[in-house]
Amino acid sequence: MQGERPVVIPGEDGLNLVPSVVALAGDGQHKFVVGNGARQYLIQTPERVIYSVKRLMGRGVDDVREELKLFPFRLAADLQAGEVLRIKLGPDSENAEFTPPEISAYVLRQLKKNAERYFGAPVTKAVITVPAYFNDAQRQATKDAGRMAGLEVLRLVNEPTAAALAYGLDRNKEGIVAVYDLGGGTFDISILKLHEGIFEVIATNGDTHLGGDDIDNLLIAIALDDIEGELGIDVRTSPETVQAIRKEVIAAKIALSSEQVARISVDLPSGQKYQRELPREAFEQIIRPVIDRTIEPCKQALKDAGVTPEQIDEVVLVGGSTRIPSVRTLTDQVFHLDQRGKVPHIELNPDEVVALGAAVQANILGGGSKATEDMLLLDVTPLSLGIEALGGVVAKIIQRNSTIPASATEHFTTGVDGQTNVAIHVLQGERELAKDCRSLARFDLKGIPPMSAGLPRIEVKFLIDANGILHVSAREQRSGKEAEIEVKPTYGLTDEQVESMILDSFDHAEADFAERQLIEARNEADTILSAVDKAPSNAAWQLLTDEERAQIGLLKDELFVLKQGDDLKALRAGTEALDKATRRFAELMMDAAVSSAIKGETMDSAGDKLGEGPTAPHPFAPAEIK
Amino acid sequence: MPITEEQSVKTACWSCGSALAAGAPFCGACGKVQAPSAGVTYFDVFGLPRKLALDTSALERAFYKLSRKLHPDVYARASEQEQQWSLEQTSLLNDAHRTLKNPISRTEYLLKLEGVEIEQDRSSENGAKKESRVPPDLLEEVFELNMQLEEMRMNQKMGEDDPQLRQDLEKAKIQFEGQMTDSDSQLQALWAKWDAALDAQDDASLAEVKDTMVALLDRRRYVRNLVRDVNEALGN
Repeated sequence: MQGERPVVIPGEDGLNLVPSVVALAGDGQHKFVVGNGARQYLIQTPERVIYSVKRLMGRGVDDVREELKLFPFRLAADLQAGEVLRIKLGPDSENAEFTPPEISAYVLRQLKKNAERYFGAPVTKAVITVPAYFNDAQRQATKDAGRMAGLEVLRLVNEPTAAALAYGLDRNKEGIVAVYDLGGGTFDISILKLHEGIFEVIATNGDTHLGGDDIDNLLIAIALDDIEGELGIDVRTSPETVQAIRKEVIAAKIALSSEQVARISVDLPSGQKYQRELPREAFEQIIRPVIDRTIEPCKQALKDAGVTPEQIDEVVLVGGSTRIPSVRTLTDQVFHLDQRGKVPHIELNPDEVVALGAAVQANILGGGSKATEDMLLLDVTPLSLGIEALGGVVAKIIQRNSTIPASATEHFTTGVDGQTNVAIHVLQGERELAKDCRSLARFDLKGIPPMSAGLPRIEVKFLIDANGILHVSAREQRSGKEAEIEVKPTYGLTDEQVESMILDSFDHAEADFAERQLIEARNEADTILSAVDKAPSNAAWQLLTDEERAQIGLLKDELFVLKQGDDLKALRAGTEALDKATRRFAELMMDAAVSSAIKGETMDSAGDKLGEGPTAPHPFAPAEIK
Repeated sequence: MPITEEQSVKTACWSCGSALAAGAPFCGACGKVQAPSAGVTYFDVFGLPRKLALDTSALERAFYKLSRKLHPDVYARASEQEQQWSLEQTSLLNDAHRTLKNPISRTEYLLKLEGVEIEQDRSSENGAKKESRVPPDLLEEVFELNMQLEEMRMNQKMGEDDPQLRQDLEKAKIQFEGQMTDSDSQLQALWAKWDAALDAQDDASLAEVKDTMVALLDRRRYVRNLVRDVNEALGN
């Protein structure tokens, strides 16, 4: 925030929007290009690129099979059901596979860099927005991505709520607001009650598989069929051509928001040109099935909120796709706006309003300022939470649209004598049967004291936090013992996997980070080399054997050479080796000067112990005895 | 039998040391969130007696006031311990608000506090589906309705439609919905009885009202499930 208003931080190229396009450059190293710079890769080498990875977060192979047909992504061949997705980038020979959170982390890292450049200071915390209709797995994946990018995620905020925040900054706005958010990949509709600075979500609904990308894919499919029909060629086999078509149809779609007709022109590999005129009327007919899919969620949200369209005071439009005239007309019809002399709110850039709202929330979390002092967000969980019971039926324990944080407590017992584990399958969704709901995770409660069947009384607490993420704790009440819980997330990563990915990302560090590490290693080598240079002038040097002195001399020469090169690993190894070789020498020196408390240290560490002032004294300097 | 004084135990705020009533979610003096206490009921959260008549707009106002003091957003920069307490206290506040706001869940909650096992709409752990007790006075109507529903489902399977059957089912639905509205007003009357008996400390009346409310809620739940089944069959 800048004073009273939030502002968008531009990228290095001066543009506000960083497209979520990630390319794996093919120069042997794992170098990633993110944003506008990655777009050229999409046309030239689409097999190295992934975009809109948000659509793949928290999903499994069965969910994405259909849409993958029109996206150039390839999945790893050996994916199991319930496993987190792995996407192949680059040719098979390079063997590079990435999970959606890892890809997303690269985008977040780019944003982090943009922010750090803007502030001239490190940025380590973030508020990240998610579609309101995102389930637990999708939210957890987003949080994991933040962690991998080196960001502490303070809060996940639902996108429609964030948009309401951006609009409601003028705290005089009171009433019932509907936020209609049609983005690239997801659709959300939220109904909020605004009063006295409190933004209370009453109901939310949506479709996490619906957005501008679907409109694009429809147009691409038509172009492909056209080309096959008219020219007899199937260009589906040429990913570069498909991407060129995609670029053209997107440009046409955007043009049709202000013009009555657009033109598509694509060069085909055969040397022929595909050209077509697309009038607005035809475009609207084509996309009708896609935008009509937003009607039912709107109706359901109104029903859950217990309000009629007439009771909606304001409608806020969010997301690039709401620029399309027929989308505007649809919202008009669903919310009876025109007949009431009302217009939807489009004053804030629909591509930026969510980020602006996130900035407001970050401000609130950071302690607030005059602009936000009375503001409080009360959001809800979008999906009912349930447990699978025998017979494959779902028992709902937390209803959808419950204000979060929310909890429920359930009791379980064992079915077999001496049983020490109880398994719980948690799901999200509104259907009666487990197979029709979304599997969230399997919780294995362990360490239940063995008793007769039916005797243990295991109290399990399900808590959905302010991010909309589930936490489970369990206690056996007769013994009072806390049960150990092993979580197997569906379509997600375990804590250990996320940890290792944070480390992995350091190995594939970007140039400037590797550069910094090399500089640090060289400095360390310098310190020990100059210390060794001065060694012979110390009396203790004579106490070493000939072999020891020769070994030190050899390692010193080697390290000197390594210091000139840029093999980080070898340099570090060489430094360590020399340090170890001079350990006894350091001991002898210390014996002469200080108490035995420092015995057994190597020169490096002894040096650390000797001084904690602004400049630590030379490792060979006599210790200061206080 | 005298009603025992609740919450006579006092504790101290961990931050400023001021005296606190047990179960207080935050310190009145310094405002800091406190560790959650065991045994706090949803009525306690709002400082309400265990009565069934409730001013819902007062409840709403209290809910917003308490939210501003306890919500995790307010504690984003506080210690991890305070953040955990804030999460638990706010969850309790939200659960309490949600439960007490709705007349049916409020009644069911009170009955649960009074030791009544509320029938759930799901299978028990060992797999046997608990068949709801059919209210005796509805036996005939339920029998007829089940036959009509079965016929409707058969028609749908075969792709046929019987407009008369559809009309009959719609009528039945409206009739049952009317019964639900009736039971809602009956419930309100029972609330008044309960609250009066509580004030008068009349245990016998309390027990009687309790049983009546349980029966009423069982019946209402049964009818609600019938309405749901009809809606499903009609494709609503």
